[in-house]
Amino acid sequence: MIKVAYRDKKWEVPGQIAVRDLIIKVGLSPEAVLAVRKGQLVLDSEVLGDDDEIKLIAVISGG
Amino acid sequence: MVRWSAGGDMKCRKCNKPAVINLRQHKMALCAAHFLDWIPDQTQRFIKKYQMFTPHDKILVAVSGGKDSLSVWDILLRLGYQADALTIQLGIDEGLNYSVESHRCIEKHIRDFHPQAVLHTIDVKEIYGASIPEVALRSTRGRDKPCSVCGLVKRHEMNRIAHELGYQVLVTGHNLDDEAAVLWGNTLNWQMQYLARQAPVLPADQPGLARKVKPLFRFYEREMAAYALLRGIDYIYDECPFAAGATSLQYKELLNQLEANSPGAKMQFYVRFLQAKEKGLFNLADEEAQTLNECERCGQPTSAQGLCAFCRLWNNDPLPEIIPLEVIEER
Repeated sequence: MIKVAYRDKKWEVPGQIAVRDLIIKVGLSPEAVLAVRKGQLVLDSEVLGDDDEIKLIAVISGG
Repeated sequence: MVRWSAGGDMKCRKCNKPAVINLRQHKMALCAAHFLDWIPDQTQRFIKKYQMFTPHDKILVAVSGGKDSLSVWDILLRLGYQADALTIQLGIDEGLNYSVESHRCIEKHIRDFHPQAVLHTIDVKEIYGASIPEVALRSTRGRDKPCSVCGLVKRHEMNRIAHELGYQVLVTGHNLDDEAAVLWGNTLNWQMQYLARQAPVLPADQPGLARKVKPLFRFYEREMAAYALLRGIDYIYDECPFAAGATSLQYKELLNQLEANSPGAKMQFYVRFLQAKEKGLFNLADEEAQTLNECERCGQPTSAQGLCAFCRLWNNDPLPEIIPLEVIEER
């Protein structure tokens, strides 16, 4: 399962899914988050495997 | 610092290495190095195209500790502009130390990237005797939420400091999503005077009014977050604790839904508005255009008679004679 974290939320999603579809699957907008894996920015089109851990960064922030 | 990932099958348009970001509205993917060059290159292009300022101008950048303001300051300094910064301590805590944490990000940014940069710091409570949440509580416009009071104070103080310290231009970090959300709100309510005035460059067309420009107005919020991440800028990630439920955030969500199905929709909405304005769509008749008066207390332009909205907040307390400015010149 792919481990997904966003702010204080966490999900586990079955692998072999593109980043963009993963973001939609957890109920977020692909335009409103960036995906980071091991400190590296990941393209929306990349297909993730079961061992991946993804942090979603909200692009709207600050004051 | 976030670096590029070797995964994915898209290649950078400029060097054919693996791309880290796909800019769907431009039908272009870039690697980290070329994205970090593309942002300042495009910024410079729009500074020139919209005649925002020149290398001879003294520029004051309003910084909050957020990704956009720190990034625009970083970009202008990378491009070689004379860009100093101003930060306004608002006194927002809400159990999160929000203002303190924001200031920490600004100071870290200076240490990490621009140790010679000049930062002016003002503290609203030190000058006027109350923080933003405190003054909002005693005003009808801020009783429910301090956001309107906060915006009013920031606009007034940015304008005042720019004028008093002799800066020709005041820069803010508004991105395209910010501008499109404001446009959405103004259009929903057909706010003709606001529509007529909304622009990436607001000229200093009244005495006491600083020229205001928004060099990031063509970049998506997502691009600015990617710039900050890839550049390694440590910014305040949490939203202001008072921002939850703000209509501007709802409008951004709606626009992102359109964008997800139709790449470029947000950009077209805003850019075509500017084109329509150039053709005279929102030109107001003279009698409808806002005439401004001079505030009796602070002298800044105001649409009201007598005191401006900012001065009415402070219950006619006399203005402090000397405004303390902490100038951090070197670290």
